[in-house]
Amino acid sequence: MGHPGERRTWHLCAAALFLLLMPLFHPSEPSAEEDIPKFFVPPPPFSEGIFPCSQCHAGMEANPTRRELSYHTEIAKGFNHAADQRWCLDCHNPDDRDKLRLASGKLVSFEESYYLCGQCHGTIFRDWKAGVHGKRTGYWRGKKEYRLCVHCHNPHRPRFKPIKPLPPPMKPEDIKYRELSPEEIPRNPLNEILRSERVERK
Amino acid sequence: MSRESDRRSGRPCRSISRRDFLKGTAAGIAGAAFPFGSTIVSVWESFFQKHFREMSQDEIRDVIERLQREYSEKFDTRIDINARKAIPGTLFGYGLDLSRCIGCRRCVYACVRENNQSRDPQVHWITVLRFKKGEKWVNDLEGAEKYYYPEKVPEEGFFYMPVQCQQCENPPCVKACPTQATWKEPDGIVVIDYNWCIGCRYCMAACPYGARRFNWGRPRIPKEELNTETHYLGNRPRYVGVVEKCTFCIQRTRAGRYPACVEICPVGARKFGNLLDPNSEIRYCIENKRVFRLKEDLNTLPKFYYFFAT
Amino acid sequence: MYYVISDFLKTLKHVSKGSKWYYGWLAFLTFFILLGLVAYIKQLNHGLIETAMRDQVSWGFYISNFTFLVGVAAAAVYLVVPAYVYNFRPIKEIVLFGELLAATAIMMCILFIVVDLGRPERVWHILPIVGAMNFPSSLLAWDVLVLNGYLFLNLFIAFYALFKLAHGKELNMQIIKPLIIISIPWAISIHTVTAFLYNGLSSRPFWNASILAPRFIASALCSGPALMLIIFQIVRKVSRIEIEDRAIFKIAELIAYAMGLNLFLFAAEFFKEFYSGSIHLAPMKYLYFGLHGHTGMVPWMWTALIFNITAFILFLLPKTREHYFSLNLACVLVISGVYIEKGMGLVVPGFIPGTLGEIYEYTPTMVERVITIGIWAAGALIYTLLLKFAMPVYTGDLRFTVRGEKALKTTD
Repeated sequence: MGHPGERRTWHLCAAALFLLLMPLFHPSEPSAEEDIPKFFVPPPPFSEGIFPCSQCHAGMEANPTRRELSYHTEIAKGFNHAADQRWCLDCHNPDDRDKLRLASGKLVSFEESYYLCGQCHGTIFRDWKAGVHGKRTGYWRGKKEYRLCVHCHNPHRPRFKPIKPLPPPMKPEDIKYRELSPEEIPRNPLNEILRSERVERK
Repeated sequence: MSRESDRRSGRPCRSISRRDFLKGTAAGIAGAAFPFGSTIVSVWESFFQKHFREMSQDEIRDVIERLQREYSEKFDTRIDINARKAIPGTLFGYGLDLSRCIGCRRCVYACVRENNQSRDPQVHWITVLRFKKGEKWVNDLEGAEKYYYPEKVPEEGFFYMPVQCQQCENPPCVKACPTQATWKEPDGIVVIDYNWCIGCRYCMAACPYGARRFNWGRPRIPKEELNTETHYLGNRPRYVGVVEKCTFCIQRTRAGRYPACVEICPVGARKFGNLLDPNSEIRYCIENKRVFRLKEDLNTLPKFYYFFAT
Repeated sequence: MYYVISDFLKTLKHVSKGSKWYYGWLAFLTFFILLGLVAYIKQLNHGLIETAMRDQVSWGFYISNFTFLVGVAAAAVYLVVPAYVYNFRPIKEIVLFGELLAATAIMMCILFIVVDLGRPERVWHILPIVGAMNFPSSLLAWDVLVLNGYLFLNLFIAFYALFKLAHGKELNMQIIKPLIIISIPWAISIHTVTAFLYNGLSSRPFWNASILAPRFIASALCSGPALMLIIFQIVRKVSRIEIEDRAIFKIAELIAYAMGLNLFLFAAEFFKEFYSGSIHLAPMKYLYFGLHGHTGMVPWMWTALIFNITAFILFLLPKTREHYFSLNLACVLVISGVYIEKGMGLVVPGFIPGTLGEIYEYTPTMVERVITIGIWAAGALIYTLLLKFAMPVYTGDLRFTVRGEKALKTTD
């Protein structure tokens, strides 16, 4: 006894046992959580000053009836996400407003909102977990970069808005030899449109 | 930037004398024949440059040094050229989700930005085709429209299909090239040695996907828009009279990154990965979606898969 | 060595002497060559952007002319077969001029390829050993081999014969006969390989038809000999060389058969495309009826067809065949007809509609036209000089110094 190597082995065994038995202690955890990598997501794209919701909602009584809202009017006006079947508190937790609520009653943070979306959009959730649904950036070889659903889709109005396309290619008959000074070389229209889109978002 | 290099780079000068004009013509002829060579040595070296695959590592290093010299003379800026080899155990595959593509052409111009295509005469590696829903497509591309330009996309009643080099496993262009200036790399990318291509354009006739582009004129890029991180077989600046094409952004993908068109796509329609890795994103697409490849009847075996995620 | 130099000078002196018409003709050709050269320098300077070719239609007028001329070159064999294989004497005597024409046509082919290249200074990359010839995979590599081989073969046969004649010696048939026999399949091969160059591309349905190579051969056997018929008449006029009517009429008769075959093969292709009406009909439809309002080639193609049919009738009927006006008319019709059909009519529909369905109607620019005319003028100049040398040798008016003998006096 007291041999350092043996002690290490014992610790390892205990840790392994703990890990194995862990699901037993948390039977309500959705098992999907395990296959979601933990290394990802930038913070949710809140509008400025809106979070935490409890700032305002802490003292308010929750009212689940569908009605004309006097605040969040922008959201209410544009709300178009199965709007006939759904209203605010179907996703937002009535008691602790800084959390979202799944159909099961389980609360999830805004950082894990994909569970909420995944309830209905199961096939897309599956693709997303595999790193196939959504915008891909970074490395095909190495850690995947994930985004929350809400980084691309407005949760209250998820369908993408049409955007302005970039110009078509030149027709072959219009491609001709021209004398051009360095300043006259056409610039890439991409830079301009990305700049204007950034401004628009702000 | 020195005054000396300013002068050499030929800043525009409005009053051109006859002698200057003649000199310009002579330089033009020399320039047409030799890539940006300013010294005799450079001209000879580039003329007698060997085929890329026949060069030793040392020779490749020397050539890259010379090219960097030539480029810096032309663009007044340092251009890094690497000749990174294929990563063992990779075979690149591409997926394009047609149910998502909105035809916005962001990919076309992100490709131009990344790969240093000529702005004038205009060269694009990606062509986005628009089809009317319910009409002929895939086999009969005659109904395709590539010059659409509405206020907003996507348009009601249309869908879009971007086409670029399909990186065929059985590439007709490689078979056609009379000088072996184009070949398939171990990671499946079909590349061109821009210093070996003679500009006969037989590959362009052979390509069933309209993917190959020719530098009809001297390629021109604004200096400030130059991408200086380049690969010898990829996005380094090209010459007049040679063929070029999509390389799956070889300079990025061999460094583990996604191609530029994948990253720019605002709707996430573009997927990329290693076909030999069963856990890759592209393998997931092939195994879980119904994929098809363009002009499968020609048996070119593209590594570019179209699919419909929804 | 002394003899070689003096013979060479003698030849030079002879070639540089001629009538007012001769000098006028040379000046006329030189003018167009220089014009072509100026246009080519412009093209070198700015790139092929000076042409109307673009990514959609990446080959155009240059390659069209190249294709037509390969046909002309191949047709020399049409004289060789009756002359040597069937020992038809009247043709045998004039076969030399056919071989010189073949060599000239190949030289023009090479020029047309060079002006079409984006990087002509790298042309050596295509060669075996020094370059990296993609043999046997690329049909273009094959074409380089067969065309240069054919050029060498024809030049060798022609110059060997002329050399012997100039020394007043008999040809050694043991040397010449095997070469002539080889040149027959070789001539077929240059045109077949050129046809395969297009034929092998599955991306281009118009070219990817098995009938292409036979059609190439059939049409070449019309245009080449027709060109020669005209040349023979000129040779007969400007020199003392006697070319029998019998030889000319025989060749005309052979053209009729070739044109019959050519029209039949065309009809077979026309029927297949239009009756089955698959999507691969598009290029054919573009040629003869226009596609989506694009009708650039339509008048040309119908003209070519009418020319070919008319010429076929003129060559077939003994009455018109053996009458010089209608014979020459038929020759001109055949040459123009095949020039359209096997030139632009072959190359352009390979690209229309393009592989992505685009239609870009190609019309050569002034630079392309001027360069093309320049190359034709260069070809005409080469052939004129060759004839100027060959004709007096043939008639015995020009004789080289025979070693150990006193040089025969030239009567020129």
